[in-house]
Amino acid sequence: MLVHSRTGRWATWIVFFALFLPLFALPLLVIVAASFSTHWSGAFPSGPTTEHYGAAVRGESLEALTTSLITALTASVLALAVGTWAALAAAALRRRGKRVVDALFMLPVAVPSVVVGLAVLVAFSKPPMLLNGTRWIVILAHGVLVTAFAYQSVSAAVTRLDPAYEQAAASLGARPWLVLWRVKLPLLLPSLNAAAGLCFALSMGELSATMMLYPPDWMPLPVRIFTATDRGSLFTGSAVAVVLMGTTLLVLLAVSRIRTRASYR
Amino acid sequence: MSRQSAPSSGIRFERVSVAYGKRGGLGARGANGTYTALDSFDLTVEPGEVMALLGPSGSGKTTALRAVAGFVQPVSGRVLIGDRDVTALPPHRRGIGMVVQQYALFPHMRVEQNVAFGLKAQRVPRGEIAGRVAEALEMTGMAAYARRYPRELSGGQQQRVAIARALAIRPGVLLLDEPLSALDAQLRSGMLAELARLHRELPDVSILYVTHDQVEALTLADRIAVLDKARLQDCGTPQDLYRRPRTEFTASFVGNANLLPVSVGTGGVRFAGTELAVATVDVMPGADAILCVRPHLVGLGEGENTLRGTIAEVQWRGSTHRLFVDVAGHRVKADVRELRETPALGAAVALHFAAHDAVLLPAGTGQAATGPVAGETDAEAAASTPSVTAVVGAISVAKGAGGDIDG
Ligand SMILES: Nc1ncnc2c1ncn2[C@@H]1O[C@H](COP(=O)(O)OP(=O)(O)O)[C@@H](O)[C@H]1O
Ligand SMILES: [Mg+2]
Repeated sequence: MLVHSRTGRWATWIVFFALFLPLFALPLLVIVAASFSTHWSGAFPSGPTTEHYGAAVRGESLEALTTSLITALTASVLALAVGTWAALAAAALRRRGKRVVDALFMLPVAVPSVVVGLAVLVAFSKPPMLLNGTRWIVILAHGVLVTAFAYQSVSAAVTRLDPAYEQAAASLGARPWLVLWRVKLPLLLPSLNAAAGLCFALSMGELSATMMLYPPDWMPLPVRIFTATDRGSLFTGSAVAVVLMGTTLLVLLAVSRIRTRASYR
Repeated sequence: MSRQSAPSSGIRFERVSVAYGKRGGLGARGANGTYTALDSFDLTVEPGEVMALLGPSGSGKTTALRAVAGFVQPVSGRVLIGDRDVTALPPHRRGIGMVVQQYALFPHMRVEQNVAFGLKAQRVPRGEIAGRVAEALEMTGMAAYARRYPRELSGGQQQRVAIARALAIRPGVLLLDEPLSALDAQLRSGMLAELARLHRELPDVSILYVTHDQVEALTLADRIAVLDKARLQDCGTPQDLYRRPRTEFTASFVGNANLLPVSVGTGGVRFAGTELAVATVDVMPGADAILCVRPHLVGLGEGENTLRGTIAEVQWRGSTHRLFVDVAGHRVKADVRELRETPALGAAVALHFAAHDAVLLPAGTGQAATGPVAGETDAEAAASTPSVTAVVGAISVAKGAGGDIDG
C-alpha cells in the first residue's frame, strides 16, 4: 500500500467512503430499496414486497431482457470484429492515414448518440437499405456506437504490440494470416477481452439512439425502464433496472474470467 | 544425432543501401530528409562461415541484418542467400533463422509450441514435428523445460529456447542480433562457448552475428566485418584485424590501440621529435601517418623504441596496471604486469615497444572509435581489453595461425 502510517490509512478509507458512498453507492442502493417497496412517502420506503421482481422477470420485461442481451452481444461481436480489423489496418498505414482513420472512428463518440440514432434512421428508411421497423436497425445503431470504443482500445493495444513478435513469426516462415491468427490476435486477446466487456456494457445501457429506432417487437430493457417510469410505475421500473444492472455485471464478470495466457507476461 | 541440414548457403550483400524515413536517426541526412543507415554495403558470408558484424551502437548492424531477414527494403543493391536473390522476397519465404536481443518468444505458447511454430508454419508433416522439436531442445539443453511458458524461464534459458526455435526449421542461415547482450557477464561467456559448440555441430549453417562487443566477435567469428557510420570499414580474420588493422577505426575499436600521429621518413618514422623504427614502411616517405601500437605491447623502461613522458593516470586492473602516460602532448596507454608499487602521478617514465609490434596506417583512414586518444577511461574498454589479449592468444594457439602475420 502507498500509505504507511495507521492514521493515514484510516484517513484514506474515510475519504474513500465519503466520496464513494454518496456518489456511487447511494443512488444504486436507493434503486434497490425502491425495487422492494410499495410506497415511498417518508424518508424511507415502506411496504416491503418482491412482487415487482415477479413482473420484472416475466412477460414483457423478460422479453426486453433477452432483446437487450441479443442486441448487446450481436453489436459487441460486430463492433469487435470491425474495430479490430480497422485497428490492425490503421496500424499498417502511414501516420497521416492513421490519423484520418482515428478521427473517423472518433465520430460516433464525439457526436451525441441521439444524432447517431437519427442518422441511422434517416439512412436506413428507404429501399434498398430498408432496415427501419426491424430489429436490425437497433443492432446496427448499437454496433456503430460501440465500434468506436472497440477501435480505440484495440488500436492502443496494437500500437503497443512489439513488432519483434510478428517479425520472429515471419522469419520462421509464417504467412501473414498465420502471424495474425496465431501470434497477433492471441497477444491482443487481453485487450479484445476488455473491449468486448466495454462494448457489451455500453450497449446494454444505450437509451437515446434506441428510443428513436426501436420497432414494437424489439424493445430493449432500458426503453422498458423508461416507459415504466414514464407511466408512473416507479417501483417496477426500479426492479427492472436492478435486473439490468445484475445481468450486465454477471456478463462482465464472466468476460473478465476468460483468462488469457498472454496477460501473464 | 542424425540431422540433415538445409543445403548450406552463404549470404551476399551487393552494394546494399538502406534509408529510413524522415524521423529518427542523428547522422547524415540525404537531400529528401531520409537517413541512410546502411551505405553501399558489400559483404560475403561464405557457406558455413561465422561472420561477426562488429560496430558501435547506431552503426547500422541491425539494419544490415534486417535487410537479410526482409524487414527493411534496401533502396538499392541486392541481398542474396545462397544463389537466390531475396531482395524482393517477403520475410516468410527467405528460410532464415533469427534470434534477436530480447528473444521475442511467444508468451502465450509453451516452450515446445514456440519451437514447433516454425515447423507448423512450414507445413512439416505432423508426425515429424515432435521429433524435431525434441531434437532442437536437446541440442540447446532445454529438453526438460518443454512444458514451461517463457515467463517461467530465466534469461539464459529463454535465450536457449530462442536459438532452438530458430534452429528447428533447419535454416541455411542463422542471424543473431546481439543475442548475449541481455545476459550477465558469466552467462555470456558460457553461452559463447555454447554457440561455438552449436556451430561445430551444425557446420553447414552460415551465421551472421551482430555485436558491439569485440570479445564476442573475436571469440566466435571466422571473420569480422567492422561497421561504422553505415559503412563497412574493414573485414578480415580476427587475428588479421587485431594485428594488422587497416583503418584507425578498426585499430581503436578492436583492442583499443594507441594511435600516434607520425611523419614518415626513410626506414622509420618520426613522432614528436623522436625517431622510431618500424618493421615495414609501406607509406610514401614524407607523408603523414598513424602509428598503431597495442597497449599490452608497450612496456616500462627503455627498449628498441623509447618514448619519454610523465604519468597522468594509473588504473589497477587486477593482474595488470594500465598506465596513461603523456608523451609530448599525446596520451599513450600501456598495460604492464601488476607493479609492486603504484607509480606516482607526474613521475617521469620511459616506455618502449618493439618495431615489429607497431603497425603503420596511412593518415585519414577514418576517425578513431574512442575519439581523442587522451582521456580514455571508458569502463567497458577497461574491462574487456585484457581478455581480448587472452582471446587472441587462445585463437592463435587453437587455429595454429599465429606468428606468421607479425613477421
Ligand atoms: N525504424 C527506424 N527508423 C528510423 N531510423 C532508424 C530506424 N531503425 C534504426 N534507425 C537508425 O539507423 C541507424 C542504424 O541503426 P541500427 O541498424 O539499429 O544500428 P545498430 O544495430 O548498429 O546499433 C541509427 O542511427 C538509428 O537511429
Ligand atoms: Mg542493433
